[in-house]
Amino acid sequence: MRLDRMIALALACGVLASCAGSTQQTDDQLRAKALETMRASFKERGIAKLDRLDQDETQALCSKFATAGPPKDVAEKIERINLATIKAPRDGKYMGDWKRGEQIAQRGTGFQWSDNKDTPVGANCYACHQLSKAEISYGTIGPSLYNFAKVRGFTPEMQKYAWGKVYNAQAYSACSNMPRFGHNGILNEQQMQDIVALLMDPQSPVNQ
Amino acid sequence: MRPRRMAVAALAAVSFATVVFAQNAAEEIEKYRQALQDGNPAELWEARGEGLWKTPRGPNKVSFERCDLGLGAGVVKGAYAHMPRYFPDADRVMDLETRLVHCMVTQQGYTPEDAKRNPFGSSDRKSDMEALVAYVTSESKGVKMDVPMRHAKEREAFALGEKMFFFRGGPHDFSCATCHGADDQRIRLQDLPNLTKKEGAQRGYTTWPAYRVSQGELRTFQWRLYDCFRQQRFPELEFASDASIALTSFLARNANGAAYNAPAIKR
Repeated sequence: MRLDRMIALALACGVLASCAGSTQQTDDQLRAKALETMRASFKERGIAKLDRLDQDETQALCSKFATAGPPKDVAEKIERINLATIKAPRDGKYMGDWKRGEQIAQRGTGFQWSDNKDTPVGANCYACHQLSKAEISYGTIGPSLYNFAKVRGFTPEMQKYAWGKVYNAQAYSACSNMPRFGHNGILNEQQMQDIVALLMDPQSPVNQ
Repeated sequence: MRPRRMAVAALAAVSFATVVFAQNAAEEIEKYRQALQDGNPAELWEARGEGLWKTPRGPNKVSFERCDLGLGAGVVKGAYAHMPRYFPDADRVMDLETRLVHCMVTQQGYTPEDAKRNPFGSSDRKSDMEALVAYVTSESKGVKMDVPMRHAKEREAFALGEKMFFFRGGPHDFSCATCHGADDQRIRLQDLPNLTKKEGAQRGYTTWPAYRVSQGELRTFQWRLYDCFRQQRFPELEFASDASIALTSFLARNANGAAYNAPAIKR
């Protein structure tokens, strides 16, 4: 760049006072600055440490494409890397106890800075999904799961699918709002088996 | 009636009863919400805040009556409907709470630590900040939201706030948009405004601060963000931090054009 053009640019920046403004930053630069600002604005408290702001690849991609949704190739990549994380239960059983599953589905605690490491962890399914008919206080962020297995069949294949969905929902639906309960270590194997039973057991209120 | 038809009728009656029960529950909740609007305890915070505003305080023993909220020194009427905004004397964008801290430090002589102490009160430890915010915001009731985007730093705060709104992180992969990015959704029975759209942002933003019946306290917008991030499983959002100001800029600006309508009352 010639010196006179550099001076002209410097002057323009001074006059407009907008060279640091949003119009001059690329989307990636803005995202980087937003993260830097967040790192300086949050502090660790109890069990919630600052490393919770460290995004994995899936989180970063889903943030980047949040408004329009990920393009097809990105969505396929996200589903591929998340599918690879799913581990089958060690005892080979997908189903646990639906009664315990119902309790886990009702519970909303765990992993907040107001919780501690001994706080019972819930999956809080009812926050977003309808499950049993009796519980009318359910959210609508996710689809209704009422009659989950009655509609889809009480088959071993469906048990395996339900396990995978609870373990890592993004294996089947890139950038789903649903937490990756197994992959991120929110629920242990038994808790996930209990949730699968809530969805799949013929005796479960979900299938009445 | 034949047994089979009786059984069908009985079944129909059961499912009908479930539907009616659900409808009644929603109606009862709506009635409860409406009943709450009558006589809002937030007025107690507003009155205490007005007293604090006019009382000489801090090491310098001066009141807030020379504090400039953006419309001139001491002007409270309508100020909140134009915040967050860029303040030349601080060369940065500030929301109301940050500006109050600024005046407490630069005019009243408090240390920043003292000015930020106790931003969210409890029954045995009332927060002066919550009272001051209640008073200032009440003076914008009915004023049309008009958050400025003239200065480059105002535009940048909005753009950064938008990125933060869609930032997914933590063990649950949550972002603000997880709950507030689509129309007509609920958590349990609680309606969730879509804060990415004008109508939702207007409905959500213009009704904070609010007296929370379940807590018996008046809660500010800073508290709203702080407690959302707790449930998002993030670390603690620091009071009057840059991220809190950027997010507030994004949400307040999205609410532009609506009549400001708080302090409100919520469950």
